Amino acid sequence: MNANSEIYSLNVNGETHQIRDSWVGESLLYVLRERLNLPGTKGACEQGECGSCTVIMDGQAVCSCLVMAATAIDSEIQTVESLASDNCLTEVQDAFVTEGGVQCGFCTPGLVVAIEHLLSQNPDPSEIEIKEAISGNICRCTGYGRIFEAVDKAVAVRKAKTV
Amino acid sequence: MVEINFNHRKPTDVIALRKIDELKLVKIDNKNSQITIGAGLPYQQMEHGEIAQYLPALAQAARTVGSPQIRSAGSIGGNLGTCSPAGDALPVLSALNATVNLQSADSSRSIAIHDFMVGVKRNARKQGEIIVSTTLPIVSGWQGYAKVGVRNAMVISVASCCLVIDRLSGTIAVALGAVGPTIIRCRETESWLATQIDLKTKTNVSPKLLQEFGTRIANESKPIDDHRSTAAYRRHAVAVLARRLLIRANTL
Repeated sequence: MNANSEIYSLNVNGETHQIRDSWVGESLLYVLRERLNLPGTKGACEQGECGSCTVIMDGQAVCSCLVMAATAIDSEIQTVESLASDNCLTEVQDAFVTEGGVQCGFCTPGLVVAIEHLLSQNPDPSEIEIKEAISGNICRCTGYGRIFEAVDKAVAVRKAKTV
Repeated sequence: MVEINFNHRKPTDVIALRKIDELKLVKIDNKNSQITIGAGLPYQQMEHGEIAQYLPALAQAARTVGSPQIRSAGSIGGNLGTCSPAGDALPVLSALNATVNLQSADSSRSIAIHDFMVGVKRNARKQGEIIVSTTLPIVSGWQGYAKVGVRNAMVISVASCCLVIDRLSGTIAVALGAVGPTIIRCRETESWLATQIDLKTKTNVSPKLLQEFGTRIANESKPIDDHRSTAAYRRHAVAVLARRLLIRANTL
């Protein structure tokens, strides 16, 4: 792909988006936020350590700061914006609000995506599985206690709904 | 990608290898007792299943890489390409005498891991070549990987160690990560230990021998002080890790 002139497309949240006039080295994080007007995904460390920029790519949770956007052609990308529909929060998002899992909120979108991904693979995770799943998401406010409570609540609410 | 995010590198052309399935293949060759792992196979897929069964040390190393987000994207090809001495898979490749398989438009070649790693973040890959896969032997015996970092998750190793005992040939291999310009094989200690105990069976290793083993391992390391740790701590850490693995090898 040539440096500046080419147009490529990305599949984000079920829609195809044309990316124009971009530089080929741009991260997926940058393209989502600055070119596709999807600022829900947060950027902090830009080196894969904090998890704020977590998105789902082809069914896997990845750090979008570590994905070169131009190499994500033909991949299915889902961001935090794909979760809530018609202003109706998912059980995970709602539990973050009611359990006090949000303080400054900067890590929240990444955590919500990571937890939604965990629960999509494993609807009833153990404590250690939850800790493992969010081990790549750093939160400096909550001390994680209320985040774990939020996950427990979301699991319980979903279980009650499926019974 | 981190280098690009921090403006240390400015690519003008990019070839995406993400969707090339051949780079994610796992070939188990029981006849020749070896496994070939595609350079793009994510670490996540080495943590369990057949790779973990045949190459438990690699599974343990894969398990310590970054976070789930990193392990779903990161691969041995990345460790080899970057060639950082702290790359988690590299001590395993070293201790198992892996070969690295490279391909260019008109030729292919295989190169021993220690000929591939030539210095800090430098390797023998030539322009126009891509790292296709690595081939590792299936060893009959015990193997394990251990690492020290500042916390459990999401950490670059301060010191790491892979120990492999081949019970058939009665040999041991010990490789150290993050304590030298590239991965260090402790060949002097390996041949010394083979004269001290019978490596073909599980043996009770005396505390005195264990102590000397650790000291010899530490002496073969060449650590430096940097922002992640001090040389003195790293020298101490590799001795502890190697002793711990030798105990596990003879008790588990």
